[in-house]
Parts: sequence; C-alpha cells; structure tokens
Amino acid sequence: MLRLLEIEFHKLRYSKASKILIITYFVLLTCIALFASIKFDIGPIKFHLAELGIFNFPYVWHFNTFVAGLLKFFLLLVIVSMVSNEYSNKTIKQNLIDGLSKKEFILSKFYTVIAFSLISTVFVFIVSLILGLIYSSYKEPSIIFSDLEYLIAFFIKLVGFFSFGLFLGVLIKRSAFAVATMIVLFFVEFISYAIVSGYNRGTDVADNIYQFLPFKSLWNLIDEPGSRLSAVQAVAQQVGEDLAYDYAVHWYEIAIVLGWTALFIFLSYRLLKKRDL
Amino acid sequence: MDTILTINNLTKKFGYLTAVKDLSFTINKGNVYGILGPNGSGKSTTLGIVLNVVNKTSGDFSWFDGNTTTHDALKKVGAIIERPNFYPYMSAYQNLKLVCKIKGVDFSKVDEKLELVGLLDRKDSKFQTYSLGMKQRLAIASALLNDPEILILDEPTNGLDPQGIHQIRTLIKQIASNGTTILLASHLLDEVEKVCSHVVVLRKGEKLYSGRVDEMISSHGFFELKAEKQSELIQVLEADANFSSVKTEGELITAFLNEPMDASAFNKLMFDKGITLSHLVKRKESLEEQFLKLTNNQ
Repeated sequence: MLRLLEIEFHKLRYSKASKILIITYFVLLTCIALFASIKFDIGPIKFHLAELGIFNFPYVWHFNTFVAGLLKFFLLLVIVSMVSNEYSNKTIKQNLIDGLSKKEFILSKFYTVIAFSLISTVFVFIVSLILGLIYSSYKEPSIIFSDLEYLIAFFIKLVGFFSFGLFLGVLIKRSAFAVATMIVLFFVEFISYAIVSGYNRGTDVADNIYQFLPFKSLWNLIDEPGSRLSAVQAVAQQVGEDLAYDYAVHWYEIAIVLGWTALFIFLSYRLLKKRDL
Repeated sequence: MDTILTINNLTKKFGYLTAVKDLSFTINKGNVYGILGPNGSGKSTTLGIVLNVVNKTSGDFSWFDGNTTTHDALKKVGAIIERPNFYPYMSAYQNLKLVCKIKGVDFSKVDEKLELVGLLDRKDSKFQTYSLGMKQRLAIASALLNDPEILILDEPTNGLDPQGIHQIRTLIKQIASNGTTILLASHLLDEVEKVCSHVVVLRKGEKLYSGRVDEMISSHGFFELKAEKQSELIQVLEADANFSSVKTEGELITAFLNEPMDASAFNKLMFDKGITLSHLVKRKESLEEQFLKLTNNQ
C-alpha cells in the first residue's frame, strides 16, 4: 500500500498544475478563519460573524466541515486529471507494461483519494480547533470533543465525491469532459429533485428517493448548518416559523455514500480490466 | 533451451475484425527474434496481449516456465510499445525513478542505464524537451532498468532520422551481445535481417513463417544470365536437373537453382556447351523478395 501511495505521490509532486490546485485548496481551507473577521459596523447595525456563535464548540465542527465541503471541487480537479492524464499521456499503458497490475493501478489512485480526504479532515480539525479555542464561548474538553461525527462525515463525503471523480476520469479519459459530465449529472439530479419534490409537496417522497442518489447522499451527510445558529433560530421563532430540523449524521447516510464509493471503485476497475489500451 | 514465452492459438477480435488469428510460437532464451509483418498485421496487438494491456479473445500464452503470473513475469520483462510514453512534466531522471518504484528496482540503476543510451548529460531536462530519438533511447533505458530477461521493442526506429535509426540499431546489437533475449516487431525488412536471428512473419493476423532468418532464405540462389544464343541457353537450362525453373524477361534469363552451384562452375559448363555468356550474376533472394513472396502468395 505504501509503495502504491509513493508511486502516485511521485507522479503528483512534479506536476505544476496539481501542486497549484492542492496549495490553493489548503489556502482556501485556512481562509475559513477569515469568516471570523467579517464585521459590519454600519451605524446602529453591528454585525460580527465570529460573535454570532459560529465558532462555538461543538457547532464549529458542523459549520467548518460544511464550508470546507464546498471547497472540495479544487481537489476534484486534481483527482480527475491524475486519472485522465494517464490516458492522454498514454502512461497508463507504460505503467501496466512496467509491471503495475490493473488492480494496483486503481488502488494507487484510490489510496490517494483516501490520503487527500484524510489530510483534509485533519487539516479542518486543526483549523476548527484553533478557531474554536479563540472564539468559542465554551471551552470545556467534554464540549470541545463532542459532535466529532461531523469530521467522520466530512471524511466519508470527500472519499465518496473523489471516488465519483475517479470513476468519471477512468470512464471518460479527458479531464475537462469528466468534470463537465459531473456538473451535468449534478444538475440533472438537482433539477429532477426539484421537479419531483414540487409534484409531491408536503410529503417526503422526493427526499426518500433522492437520498439514494450520489449527490443528494453526499449532501445529506452534513446538513446545512445556517438554520442551526441560535441567532437564526431566534429570528425564526419571532416570525413563528418552526425550524426543527434533523442535523445529526446518520449511519444509513454514511452507508449509502460508502456503497456508492465501493461501486465507483469497483466499476473503475471493471472498466480498466475490460478495456483494450 | 530455456523457454521465455509460449503463445498457443492466440486469437484477438476487435468486433468483426480479427487482428490475430490462431497464432502460436515460442521464444527461447538468447536469441534475437523479429516479428515481421506489414502495418496492421497484428504485431502490436500480439505484443499488447502478452504484455497485459490488450485482452485476448481466445487461446493462451505463458511466460517463462508457465508457473509465473503475467503480473510477476512483467517485472522480468522490459518493453516499449509504439511511442515512448512518459510523463512530459518530469525530467528523464524523475521518470526513470518512477519506473524503478513500479518495478521495485534500486535507483542506482538509473544513471547506469542513462549512460548506456547516452542520455546521462541530459538527465535533468524535462521529457517534453527531448527529440524523438532521445525519447526512444530513454524508453530503451527505462525498459532495461530491471536488467530484463527479454527486451520487447515495437517499431523502435519508427519515425527516426537515419542517425537515430543507426544509434538504436547499434544499441540493440550491443544489448543482444550481452545475452539479453530480444523480441523486435517491425515492418522494416532490412531491420529484421540486420538484427534478428529468428523471425515470425505475420499477415492479417496469421503466421506465415516462423524459424531462423537464414533458413527463411532457403533457396540456393539464382543466376541472372544474358547470352547471344538465348534460345539455346534456355533449352540447356531447362534440360538441366540442377535448375528448378527458368524465367525470361526480355534479354534477361533468371534460372533458379535446386542445388548449390557456384558461378565459375556454371560458366565452365556453359562454355563447354558452346554458349558464351555476356552477363552472369549469382544472387540470393533477399529477405524482402522472400517476404513479398510469402505475403502475396496467399
């Protein structure tokens, strides 16, 4: 496993494009901290985001994993191009001739996906911990280390999403087209979800079906955190809207995403095995 | 003799097209083999199958004694197919280091092989800055990293200028003289004739000939003759059991030998019969003529 990771790391570390994307990604992750400095001070309206409680433990885990989840697109480009470049440079053929088996080839990519996800998770953990320690109103260890399941969900979310990208890279062989396909699939799923839920207003039909589809299942892992803010809740109560919402990370949400991940990796392998290079 | 590769009844179909049809041959240690065939005769497909990048339709092949999996066997094989494929953004040295990691070979081999192909002074230049000849030499260096038992080269001189071709051929001969078995696919006859000891001739995926190169040119040669008494000469030749056939093209008569005979003995024989020759050349069929005969006759 280390050998495969090392091979993949060797391929990535000399590629300028990948390096720039990876650095951008981690710089942007660090920029979550900049939310802390958002301050409006217009006469009577005073607004300081950090003081709204977004960095309170354990809410900070939820908020930061959600925001960091939006940035995963940068790493997706790295994952897709590291697969499709092997096709366009025909190096995949040479790799196989040199003695890498097709299984090892897919595994080396998958291990890299896991490594990226793990590093991102650790990174988000550290950034959130620091932000929390600076701004949180509660600093008791028992509170700090509660709700850590959001980090697990974040990790699974990245692995699932990147595995999807890896599969599309193998399937389509061109990075631009693979990313475009992913965007098209996203809109197909999103628009059809809007239509289905429009036809079934007031019921859970759409959610029950779409929780099994790739993008919705990834989305479901970490629910949108905005409405959980006490400030927002307070406003909602005043208007008489009930924002009772299920924010928890459920085991079946994780299971669905893991199922997709397994399917994507398996299909990538099958595709590579059946294809003549 | 140690067997390196055995191919049995190998067949590959791409849809309706049969690229390789029921192909069988064996490669033994220590020889230089050529796979000869026109473009599209299934050479690269055959190599692709044994190198695990093309899936076979039927038949089988086995590496070495037959107990090694293809995956393990490939670590003892060095191969380049068609074009040199490397990561364009890496230098030669970085590319070869990557191959070392894949093959599980020590990095110290990198400089040694770069020196062998004469690229040591350019080892830190990016692959994309290399000329085609340098890329091809880098590919050979890469294939040699694991000191393979067999080196497989597919059209190694394709697209190169005369100097490049010469460099590659010298390199191949040098490698062969060290005892490495070589399998060379080519559509260039003189390349196979100059470099190989054994040859497999393919046409439309079928094997037409397999064996030693010098046995392929099996005939005893032929005489090209001109004489003033042409009709008499033809009569004498046709009566002589030493000649299998006689062809006449204008003034030139070509007589094919059944048995060995040298030109001076033949000249004397004719002189004794009262025929004076104005033109006498003894020739052997070139591999090219033999090849064209093989590939056209069927």
